[in-house]
Amino acid sequence: MALDKKNNKNHKHARSGSESADSAAQISRPSAIDRVKLARDPRRPQTLDYIERFIDDFFEIHGDRRFGDDPAIVAGIGRFRGRPVALVGHQRGHSTAERIKRNFGRPNPEGYRKAARIYELAERFSLPLITFLDTQGAEPGVGAEERGQAEAIARNLELMARLTVPSIACVIGEGGSGGALALGVANVVLMQENACYSVITPEGCAAILWREATPDKVAEAAEALKLSAHDLLKLGVIDEIVEEPAGGAHRDYEGAAYKLADAIERHLVKLALLSPAALRRHRERKFAAMGKKFLVTKNVAKVSVFN
Amino acid sequence: MAEVVERAATTQAAEMWVKCPECATLAFRKEVERNLNVCLKCGYHFPLTVEQRLAIVADRGTWRQIDSELKASDPLGFVDSKPYWKRLEEARAQTGRNDAIVTGTCEIEHEPIALGVMDFRFMGGSMGVVVGEKVARLFAHARRNRLPVVLFCASGGARMQEGILSLMQMAKTCTAVARYRDLRLPYVAVLCYPTTGGVAASFAMLGDLNLAEPGALIGFAGRRVIEQTTGERLPPRFQRAEFLLEHGMVDAIVPRRKLRSTLANVLRLLKNSPRHDS
Ligand SMILES: [Zn+2]
Repeated sequence: MALDKKNNKNHKHARSGSESADSAAQISRPSAIDRVKLARDPRRPQTLDYIERFIDDFFEIHGDRRFGDDPAIVAGIGRFRGRPVALVGHQRGHSTAERIKRNFGRPNPEGYRKAARIYELAERFSLPLITFLDTQGAEPGVGAEERGQAEAIARNLELMARLTVPSIACVIGEGGSGGALALGVANVVLMQENACYSVITPEGCAAILWREATPDKVAEAAEALKLSAHDLLKLGVIDEIVEEPAGGAHRDYEGAAYKLADAIERHLVKLALLSPAALRRHRERKFAAMGKKFLVTKNVAKVSVFN
Repeated sequence: MAEVVERAATTQAAEMWVKCPECATLAFRKEVERNLNVCLKCGYHFPLTVEQRLAIVADRGTWRQIDSELKASDPLGFVDSKPYWKRLEEARAQTGRNDAIVTGTCEIEHEPIALGVMDFRFMGGSMGVVVGEKVARLFAHARRNRLPVVLFCASGGARMQEGILSLMQMAKTCTAVARYRDLRLPYVAVLCYPTTGGVAASFAMLGDLNLAEPGALIGFAGRRVIEQTTGERLPPRFQRAEFLLEHGMVDAIVPRRKLRSTLANVLRLLKNSPRHDS
């Protein structure tokens, strides 16, 4: 916990220039739904783009050894700035052909079970784990249900919680629901400034709570869900916002990768100081605290961090 | 809320009868209740209230509730067709409890256990910060007192009005399960109608044993979402307990009248581990 505070401070310092520019042009800040559109932009760098840029000697694994291989999740081992690491990420695809092949980054149970293999590998060989979250959610399909989508995700949450190696999750695009969280139970959760992270897509939320997913209601739902990086930092769900190159990560892959890798390394160095047992405790405490400050025992209508 | 008003308006006579939604048989409410709220003709399991569930499961007079005072605030200031805090107030008034789960301790055939029962009537049993915290505390309580855990799940999933914080409760509850499991104590999840979304994809599916009530709806994605995505019409028994058993996702479907003895049996079988570790 102490680690995190310091990082936020460093981080603020590093971006004080752009912060003041932001507050000067407060009105022109993108709306929540515009952020979602930006986070979904297929031109944005994805897991494999980052792996290509800051992972050496990458070896990709395939298959869950039970049913098949899921191209919506990329998993493997490689070298991050000299040290061996384990890697898992959603891959949505850039071109139409790739997006179809990868099911738009919506994993099936076999994808999560492939990820589980890497979590176990990381634990056995003491490899720090780096994950990339970038999915609208797990695949809602007949086959996915038959093969136990819920169980596959739940098992990943428990496996990640148990790890005694350092883990860092990076939200790089649209982090959607349990399908994203299955890669997200990490010691440190980083989020790129134009990424979003939510319990449900604004479309899904509008369809259920507003009973219609018209563009207006979807925009309203996006606003209400508080899914931007700044909102999540306020809620204590993420540890640090990773700055993107001017105009967004899609404008400069090299710049975006460099900034993300720097943040990952900074946290890995700090986490390396913790013992295996302390790493697990650190993660347990972090997730045990999620939302706890919003619990009350008396009648209080509203305890919000937003006005 | 509407249901309460409606029910208050119905006459005494209508209250005496109950119609089975499965086979449309009309039966005396009293008689159905005596049969553990199971249809006498077709075996349809009517949903139970928390109180009915406790009466069926716990040995008489052994139930002690914990953490009942915990309440949610409105962390996001969420407003859809009405403000979240107002929805909470209505749900509290309707159910007489603070959120969608009760937790505590009791005995089943003299076996002491930690027990959680979700309340589907409280905003669809959805999991927000309170449900997450109470489930985590239940496992912590069971760990400290070396008790088995039995959890009756009935939930539509995450509570959207608490946004990302509700999603984080999936991580929080699974973290608590992981810690508890290290003590080699048994956790049995009973999946009731319905167990879906974020609750299915977290602590509900992590039981050492997963039991299901007959006909229970269990799955990750909602039926409507799947139909919209795939363009397929789904068979009526899709995502029902029987479907899950067939696909290897639950260990057994246990009819209500056998639930108590089944739970007591498996808890006894798993209780006395020969290993002596902390
Ligand atoms: Zn019937």
